[in-house]
Amino acid sequence: MIRTELLAQRKILPKSPTSIQGLDEITGGGLPKGRPTLICGGAGCGKTLFAMEFIVNGATQYNEPGVFISFEETEKELSANVASLGFDLDDLVRRKKIWLEHIHIERSEIEHGGDYDLEGLFVRIHLAIETIGAKRVVLDTIESLFSELPNPLILRAELRRLFRWLKKKGVTTIITAERGDGALTRQGLEEYVSDCVILLDHRVNDQSSIRRMRIVKYRGSTHGTNEYPFLIDEDGFSVLPVTSLGLNYFSSHERITTGIPRLDTMLSGEGYFRGSTVLVSGTAGTGKTSIASQFVKTACSQGERVLFFTFEESPNQLVRNMVSIGINLEPYIKNGLLQFHATRPTLYGLETHLATSIKMINTFEPKIVIFDPINAFMTKDNQSEVKTMLLRLVDYLKMKRITAFFTSLTNAGESFETTDTYISSLIDTWLLLRDIEIGGERNRGLYVLKSRGMAHSNQIREFKLTSHGIELLDVYVGAHGVLTGSARLSQETKDDAEQLLRQQEIGRKQLEIQRKHEAMEAQIAVLRSEFAAEESEAVNAIGIENAREERFKRDKETMSRSRKSDVNVNTAAIQKYNKKRRKIS
Amino acid sequence: MKSRVETVKSPRQKGKMTKSKDTIWDLRLYIAGQSVKGVNALNHLKVICEDQLKGKYRIKVIDLKKEPRAAHIDQILAIPTLVRKSPLPEKCIIGDLSDTERVIAGLNLNDMSM
Repeated sequence: MIRTELLAQRKILPKSPTSIQGLDEITGGGLPKGRPTLICGGAGCGKTLFAMEFIVNGATQYNEPGVFISFEETEKELSANVASLGFDLDDLVRRKKIWLEHIHIERSEIEHGGDYDLEGLFVRIHLAIETIGAKRVVLDTIESLFSELPNPLILRAELRRLFRWLKKKGVTTIITAERGDGALTRQGLEEYVSDCVILLDHRVNDQSSIRRMRIVKYRGSTHGTNEYPFLIDEDGFSVLPVTSLGLNYFSSHERITTGIPRLDTMLSGEGYFRGSTVLVSGTAGTGKTSIASQFVKTACSQGERVLFFTFEESPNQLVRNMVSIGINLEPYIKNGLLQFHATRPTLYGLETHLATSIKMINTFEPKIVIFDPINAFMTKDNQSEVKTMLLRLVDYLKMKRITAFFTSLTNAGESFETTDTYISSLIDTWLLLRDIEIGGERNRGLYVLKSRGMAHSNQIREFKLTSHGIELLDVYVGAHGVLTGSARLSQETKDDAEQLLRQQEIGRKQLEIQRKHEAMEAQIAVLRSEFAAEESEAVNAIGIENAREERFKRDKETMSRSRKSDVNVNTAAIQKYNKKRRKIS
Repeated sequence: MKSRVETVKSPRQKGKMTKSKDTIWDLRLYIAGQSVKGVNALNHLKVICEDQLKGKYRIKVIDLKKEPRAAHIDQILAIPTLVRKSPLPEKCIIGDLSDTERVIAGLNLNDMSM
C-alpha cells in the first residue's frame, strides 16, 4: 500500500505485525510494538483465537517467541482448541517458541486477610518471558481475577502497575476482556490500556450471525475506523477490509463474448466489457441462469477461470438442468476452470457472505464471477444493506478486473425496472428478460436496458431455450404490434399468403400487358400489309398512266409530223400534263 | 529465607481423632523478596500461631524471587499468600494477615479455642 510506505518514511510508531489476514492493512502494520493492546468483545467473538494467532504467527513467522497466559483455559484445552486450525502448540512449546501458562485460582475459599499485591503474577510472567525470551505476551481475560480475588481497589492498582511493567519490559501485549454493559469492558480496563483498543463484535441479525471488528483507538497511528467484517474459519481469523475503495479503477476496452452470437450483436457486436458488471433480471423462469450458464460455458471453453456462486440450486442440479438445453458444464468442473460455491443465503449474514465470497475469489482467482441470484439475500427491509454489500463486492471485483455477472429475480407483478433500481447504479450492462403473453402462451423476450459505453441495440428479441443452447430471434413487429411465439408464426404465415397473392396479381398484370402488346403488334402488321397492297396498286396505276402518256405523246408527234406543224406549238400543254402526272406518283 | 519453625509431635489418641487436636498444621507463606507486606505477614502469622497452635504447626516461607517456579507449581498470584496444606482441605488467605479475626476464621482456628 502506498499509504503504508508514506507512513514508513515518516518514522511511524514501530508495529508488531499480526499476520492476521487484513488486520495489518487496516492498522497500517500491526499492533503497537512494545505496548499493550486491549481486545474486547462479548462471549464467543474470537478474542482468544485472535490472541492465539498473534502469538503463533509471531513465533512462527517473525521469530518473536510469545507467552500466553490463560486465566480460563488450561494448557491442554488451548492446544486442543487451536489444533483444529492447524497450529501445533505442543511442538512450539517444546521448541520454546511459546510458553503456555494457565493461571487458575479456583480455590474453594480465598480469605482476604489484609493488604496484598500481585507480585506472584509478576514473578510468573517474568519467569516465562525470561525463559523463552518472549517479545509477545497475551493475558487472556485477566478480568476474571476480579471475580476470584478480593478487594477490587487493590486489583485495579495492581493491573495498572502490571500494564506499565509490561510496557517497560518492551513486550507487545494483548489483553483480552469481556464486553461490559455500556462500556467496552466490564472492569473499565480500557482506562489503563490506552494505546490500542480493538473491539470484536458478534451479532445476530435476522437469525444469521455477523462478526465485525473495529479499531476503537490506536494512539499515535492512523487506522481504518470502519467496522470490518471478519471470519473465523478453518484458516483462522481473517479480517476483510472491504469498504468502498473509491472509483479509481482501471476500465478495460477488452470485450468478452456473451456466448450468444446474437446477443453479442445487440451489444454493438462484441459482448460485455471485461471487468464490467452485468445484471440479468427477470421474473421466474425467464432463463436468467441459462444465460449465465451459456456465458460460463463459452468463457470456460476459452480457458477462463469462472467462480459460480449459486444460492438457489445445488451445483449438481444446475449442471443437470443445463444439459437439457445443450450446455454441458461438467468438463469444465473436472478440469478445474469452473468452481461452484453453493450456499443458502440464510446460512450466515451478509457480511459473512461478502467475506466468504471475497476469500474464495482471492483463493481461486477467477476472471469471471457469477452470483445467481443476488436478491436471494434480500429480506423485507435490508435493501440498503444488500446494496452496500454489493457496492463493496462490485468495487472489489472491478479493482481485480473480474467480470461480475449477477442475476436478479423480479417478483411478478412488480415493475421490472423499479425492483432493481437499488442496484442499478452499480450495473454496467443490464439485460432484462420478460415474458410476453400473447394468444394464450408465454414467450420470453430479451432486451438491453442499458449498457454503458457501447451502442447497444434497442430491439426486443425473442429468446428461445432450445436443446442446443440459447437462440435469439427477431420478434414480429408489424401493423398488429409485437408478436412472439405461435402468434408470430401465424402472423408470418398470414403475411406469406398475402405476399403470394400479391405476387400472383403482379404476374397476371404482366401477362395482360404482354397480350396487349402482342395485339398491338398484330394490328400494326395488318396496317402495314394493307398499305403495301395499296402502294403496289398505286404504282401499277402510275405505270399505266405513264404508258398512256407516252403513247399520247407519240401519237401527237406523229400527228403533227403528218400535219407538218411547228414542233414547238404545243410544248406548254405537254409540260402542264407532265407536272400533273408527277404529282400523282 | 526459609525458616522452619518448631515442630511438635503429639502422641496419637485412640478413638475419634479431631484434626485440631493432633494434626500438625502445615502452613506455607509465599512472599516476594523482603517486602513490607511479606515481613508483616510472617510476623502476624507467627503471633497467631503461637497464640492458637502452639507446638502444632510448621511454617514454610517461600520467596518467589528466589524460587520463581514455585509460583507456577502452587498457582500463586497474590503476595503474600498463606496456604494451609494440612489439615485438609487446603485453605488460602491472601494479604498481610493484619486482620487477625479473618485469619483465624479463614484457617478455621475457631474450633481450637473451644
